[in-house]
This record gives sequence, structure tokens and C-alpha cells, in this order.
Amino acid sequence: MELSQMTALELSRNIRERKISVSDGVESVFAQIRKKEKKIHAYLDLFEEDAYKRAEQVQKGIAQGIYTGPLAGVPIAVKDNICIKGKKTTCASRILENFIPTYQAEVIDRLEQAGMILIGKTNMDEFAMGSTTETSAFGVTTNPWNTAHVPGGSSGGSCAAVAAGEAYMALGSDTGGSIRQPSAFCGVTGIKPTYGTVSRYGLVAYASSLDQIGPVGKNTEDCAALLQVIAGHDQKDSTSLRRELPKFGLTSGEDLKGMKFGVPEEYMAEGMEEGVRNTFLASLKLLEELGADVEFFSMKTTEYVIPAYYIIASAEASSNLERFDGVKYGFRAAEYKGLYDMYRKTRTQGFGKEVKRRIMLGSFVLSSGYYDAYYLKALKAKAIIKKEFDQAFEKYDVILAPVAPHTAPKLGESLKDPLAMYLGDIYTVAVNLCALPAISLPGGLDGRGLPVGFQMIGPCFGENTLIRAASAFENARGTFPSAEKGGIKI
Amino acid sequence: MAKIIDDETMENVCLLAKLSLEGEEREAARAEMQKMLTYVEKLDQLDTEGTEPLSHIFGSENVFREDEIVNGNQKDAMLFHAPRTKDGQYHVPKTIG
Repeated sequence: MELSQMTALELSRNIRERKISVSDGVESVFAQIRKKEKKIHAYLDLFEEDAYKRAEQVQKGIAQGIYTGPLAGVPIAVKDNICIKGKKTTCASRILENFIPTYQAEVIDRLEQAGMILIGKTNMDEFAMGSTTETSAFGVTTNPWNTAHVPGGSSGGSCAAVAAGEAYMALGSDTGGSIRQPSAFCGVTGIKPTYGTVSRYGLVAYASSLDQIGPVGKNTEDCAALLQVIAGHDQKDSTSLRRELPKFGLTSGEDLKGMKFGVPEEYMAEGMEEGVRNTFLASLKLLEELGADVEFFSMKTTEYVIPAYYIIASAEASSNLERFDGVKYGFRAAEYKGLYDMYRKTRTQGFGKEVKRRIMLGSFVLSSGYYDAYYLKALKAKAIIKKEFDQAFEKYDVILAPVAPHTAPKLGESLKDPLAMYLGDIYTVAVNLCALPAISLPGGLDGRGLPVGFQMIGPCFGENTLIRAASAFENARGTFPSAEKGGIKI
Repeated sequence: MAKIIDDETMENVCLLAKLSLEGEEREAARAEMQKMLTYVEKLDQLDTEGTEPLSHIFGSENVFREDEIVNGNQKDAMLFHAPRTKDGQYHVPKTIG
């Protein structure tokens, strides 16, 4: 088997069995990067020299029994809003163009302890605000299946890197669908864990009550293994849960007899592309064939999730992004008159359009006179939305949904109408509002040959239920083609 | 009817957001914000009477730990990345008259 076609767990098994070296895995990644990166632009920074040095270290560590985990020696890409000590962390923004953190995220420590190899930092929508990776200040990333299309966002670089074989796995972050939607568009698998499962320490905050780091990989098993590495309590993040962690993993070949799946009938309303609808219905059928009980039910709060999400996310963003003022790090405007003018000019020049749009909306909904009507109202809506999900999970083990109403749009089409772009988040944002875990995995291809994602949403702490259902689904579906085999040749 | 974003509101929002948008960019931002506010007004149709606002799904409790230094003095490393420094401190424009 060609090295770059292997899953992360296959690669590390081959390394443990000494069939290949850790450097071979690193080399396969950089070979793909040399071949494809010019067109894909998944990365903002690459650590080639460091990666080979680290590979030697890890090779020794494996021999000495220091790295015994299932992902030892696996090359991984990291979204550029996660701090790595001594490496530029830009959040794809001009305002952090030259920011080099003096500390690193808890998840990076954990990757290192697991013997993984950091390959580089991936492109994203600026400060994770966007659904296409087109709001990056450093150029667009293209979809490895068809480079005329976007990879989705905001973790578009991470998902494109995995899809193009430019990384075996990657870390993304998900505030309103930012792992799941690009995973769907790029034909890879991504998990948004239960809020508080993975430490946010060292993740540049967008909307703190919604942000969660999660794995992106070639299949469910890989994602489960990576989740195991990054999950766990961290006292540096006060929202990190003291949760008893299960062994994230699966029971392959298991059928789904007795499992109950619910599908909100409101999710089937018009506006969904035909290719997405057909793949979704076929996926439901596949689950039924596996012995699962699938039924439609009504989720009446569906139409309120996007308004509630954008009010809450923008409010938190406006507050979190106050810290970028040109004083302590990053960009500062060249000319200004006095301190306040320096703040304003720095921020006006340093932030892109989408970020400014959300900061302004957030400032407005939190401002005196409008706080109750908008922000407080959204928090009340969130309570009602959560209650409806709680009730649904009394009846169903898993809620099924598409990931987005459409497959990957063409480059340059989405940013013209921001509101229309926000509406594409209809199936993903409620998960973040309610702190739920969810997995996005490839369901099929649409008529144009673009991947269509399938989403499973679980109750809080229900990751293993999702992993079980997703694995059974994968086994029945068969191996999903890689972009290299199934996509348009680059 | 959504709140109309007039000049005064726009100025206040820019002040709070610490942004100075001019000309076309300001007009575009105003139009987009207006469109978004009109859209989120949909929430008015949701009856929230008697519902408590929900911030934290898992509740919000104070989390305490010992205040111990674990990272040492990184003053130089941190100042190194500042846009301007002077005498080992961040340099900013004069703030008091």
C-alpha cells in the first residue's frame, strides 16, 4: 500500500512493526506537500527540518519504550489558532502576522507526549470566523477534490491537508461547525467533542463558551485515537471538565440493533441540494439495514439556532478580540495620534472584513439599551434549544443530520452575501450551543463528484456512542475514496 | 421592526468596537449589520416568557487552585514580540496630559 494512502493507525502499526521508519512517514507527507501544496495551500507554515529531527528522536523513543501509544510517529498538522511555543501563530490574521507565542497549548504538549510529529500550521478563516477559509489574510485554500472549490471552514487547511495526504491527521477547532463542515466538504472525518473535554488552553479564543478543539482524520478510528490523546482535564482551563474518560474506540463489525436514531424533520426542509438530500436518505437507509431504528421527529427550535448562535458568538468575539490592540504583540498601525487612535487604527487595519463585522455586531448586541433585547434573548433561546435536545435524547441515542445544505461552493462565491453563508450553518451550530459531541464523516459523493458529509450528534459525553455508530456505518459503506483516487487530478 | 442603524448608533458601535470605518466600508458595514439584525429578529417569535437565560451548559462554579509560579520569568521573551518597547517596558503613546 502506498504510504500516503494509509490511515494514521496503519502508519503507526507499520512503524511499531519496524516495516517502515518514522522518517518514512514524515517523508511521505513532505512528498505530498511538494506535489500538491502549490495548488492546495493548506499550510501557513511548515516545520520540515524540525519534523525530521523529531522523527529521529521519536524513533529512538519508540525503541526505548518511551512512546508506546497507538499514534507514536504519526505526522500531524495543527490549525493556526493553536499556539506552539516558538512558532508563528497568526490565526490567519494580519493583526497576528508576526506573533510568536512564548507558551504552547495543552493539546500540543499532549501530542508531543504521544510521540507525534508536528508538520506545520494550517490555514483557516481569520480567527476561525467563516465557512470557506476565504477570510484568511494569507490566501485561500482549495479543495483537494476539485481545486475550483473551497475546502469549507474555518478549519479548511486542516481538512484539506488530511484529504490531500499532506498530513495523516490534524487538529481543528469547532465553534459553530468549523471541524465538521470542512471535514464534510473534503471527504474526511472530524469530531467536535463535548464542551470541556479538550483543554482550550493555548487556543486563541473566538467564542469561549462554544470553542472546542477536536480531531480530523481519515476515518472514525483515527479520530477516536487522536481524541484519546488530546482529551482530559487541564487545570489551566477553568472550563475543562473533570470527566472520567472512557477508552475512545470501537467495536468493529458490530451491528446497530436496538439503537434508536432520530432525524429532525425540519432538517429536510427546502434549501438542501439534491445531492445532499439523496446521500442523506441513502445513509439513513444504510443504518436501518444495520438494524437501527431510524425515525423522524419534530425539532421546533430549528429556525432559532442561527439567530441565537450569531448573537452569542459575535458577543463573545467582540469581548475576546478586545485584547488585540497593538500594545503587547502583533501588528501596530504605523501612524496614529494618541492611544485611542492607535487602538482604532491598529484594529481597523489589522482585522479583515468578516472579523470586523462580527466585532461590530457583538458590540451592538452587548451595548446599553440593546443587551436585553438581543443578547439576553439569545441566551434564553439557547436554554429552550437545549431543553428540546435534552428531550430528544430521552428518546434517541443519536440525532442524525446532514452537515451542510450543500457541498463545497466554488471559490469566490460565498463572501458576497454573508447572511446566506451563515444560513449554511443550520445543521451544525446547535451542537455548540448545547455543548454536544458530534461527528462528521463522508456519506457519499454528489453529482459533481464532491464529498457529502453525514453528521451524528450525541448527548453530552456520548462520544463512544457516536464512535460505535459511525464505525458500523463506515464498515457498511466501505472505504471512502481518497481525494487522490476519487477527485479531479491535480 | 428591527432597530434602524442610524449615524449615531453606528458611531457608538465603532467606538465600542474600537474601529474607525470610513466611507464605503462604513456604509457596507452598516448595511450588513442592518440585514443581520433584521434576520435575528426572528427570535422575537420565540416565546421566552419565564425562561432563564443560559450561559453555561455545565453551570459556572468558581475553580480554585494554588497560585504557584510554574513558568518562570519570561519578560524578555514577551517584550521581544511587542511592536514597541522602551527600557524593558511596553511603549505606548502618552495617555495622560
